[in-house]
Amino acid sequence: MNLLHFLSQNHQQVLELTGEHLWLVGSSTLLAVLVGIPLGIVSAHWPVWNRPVLGTANVIQTIPSLALFGFLLPVPWIGERADRLAILALTLYALLPVIRNTYTGIRGVDPAVVEAGRGMGLTDGQLLFHVELPLALSVILSGVRVAVVVSVGLATIAAAIGAGGLGEFIFRGLAMVNNQLILAGAIPAAILALAADFSLGWLERRLRPR
Amino acid sequence: MDTNSDGRPVIEFRDVAYVLPNGQPLLAGLTVQVQPGETLVLLGRSGSGKTTTLKLINRLLTPASGEVLVNGAHTADSDVIQLRRGIGYVIQEVGLFPHYTVEKNVGLVPRIKGWPAARVHQRVEELLLMVGLDLRIAQRYPHQLSGGQRQRVGVARALAADPAILLMDEPFGALDAITRDELQCEFLRLQQRLNKTVVFVTHDLREALRLASRIALMESGRLVTVLSPAEFLRSKDPLPAAYMRAFGAGLDSVANRGDS
Repeated sequence: MNLLHFLSQNHQQVLELTGEHLWLVGSSTLLAVLVGIPLGIVSAHWPVWNRPVLGTANVIQTIPSLALFGFLLPVPWIGERADRLAILALTLYALLPVIRNTYTGIRGVDPAVVEAGRGMGLTDGQLLFHVELPLALSVILSGVRVAVVVSVGLATIAAAIGAGGLGEFIFRGLAMVNNQLILAGAIPAAILALAADFSLGWLERRLRPR
Repeated sequence: MDTNSDGRPVIEFRDVAYVLPNGQPLLAGLTVQVQPGETLVLLGRSGSGKTTTLKLINRLLTPASGEVLVNGAHTADSDVIQLRRGIGYVIQEVGLFPHYTVEKNVGLVPRIKGWPAARVHQRVEELLLMVGLDLRIAQRYPHQLSGGQRQRVGVARALAADPAILLMDEPFGALDAITRDELQCEFLRLQQRLNKTVVFVTHDLREALRLASRIALMESGRLVTVLSPAEFLRSKDPLPAAYMRAFGAGLDSVANRGDS
């Protein structure tokens, strides 16, 4: 009851921080998709790239998030603003599921279908856009879904470097030993994650090839 | 239809060899010609090099040595996309695009070639009727079709841009006996009407005898002999004889006498 009271009293700030949170997650996911899908395509088509690309993405994944924020701090332009830094860090974490699922999705296309397409005289580009990507789409989307859900959680840590988002409440609550404040950050974040999971999952099922 | 009546072969292999990237030879010393309008059946067991031979024609594979000519031009020098668009290709797994309706599958190459939508639509209907399909299936997806229907769609798709050459890799191999028989009849009927130059791969002697103008018998990556169905039946050579033993009696009645 107390929590609801707090939320209604501070709904302006809750909305503001939720908005910041969405900005961090949304822009980092978009960047990860723009970079990750091409990298996934490259590693699916040219096996030499598979190990370095997926290996690098894997290594990034193992860096603790706070440490990654710290490493990026001295980077020019990026380190100047906390939200830039947070977005870059979240992008780097989101890359692995996007790259891996793009790779898996494209490699999973029935070889007979690819061969038929190639035999019909489709160019590599036509094969990619007419056949491989549409057929891999639901797998790619499930990678994006994982990336978003993980990012929503990770983005709370961005508050530690002053990038805002729902983590603000959580860190403030931790400092003040106030569970209500912690929940005021954690519950909207959890709702965001569930909503993203549900809606992207629905889209993924819609796009799944028969 | 037949722009090549001077007897110049449509497809020609000159001492062609193919070697896998790991060095394993799959095909050696292949020299054979395919004449306009004929159906050359490549007959042989698994691993004899039939499919490899087929894929060398539309350059899904490139020869390690020797030359492959299509319509008198070296395939190695041709634009591979144009080469393939002039050659219909049908495979056993059919390879229909699962996310496209039958209509979009069959119309893909004409669409990519920039035909207007109305002409593509008309062509698709014409092709579906030609291969004996009901126009109502045009809006269905491949997974909603039977195996026989799928293969008919595969043939329609291969014929879409009206190629003069058709490559067929065990197209009826995965079908039940009755459907296979139907499609073989259909093939003979179509071939009589369209007069394409066909290279057809099979390991089924009955199918070979029934459909072939000539049978190219392959074994371990080599061409053993090229015989008409009638010559094949009379042959006393060990390999044809072995095939006839394996496939048993009654072969005489199926053979293509060139009069059908």
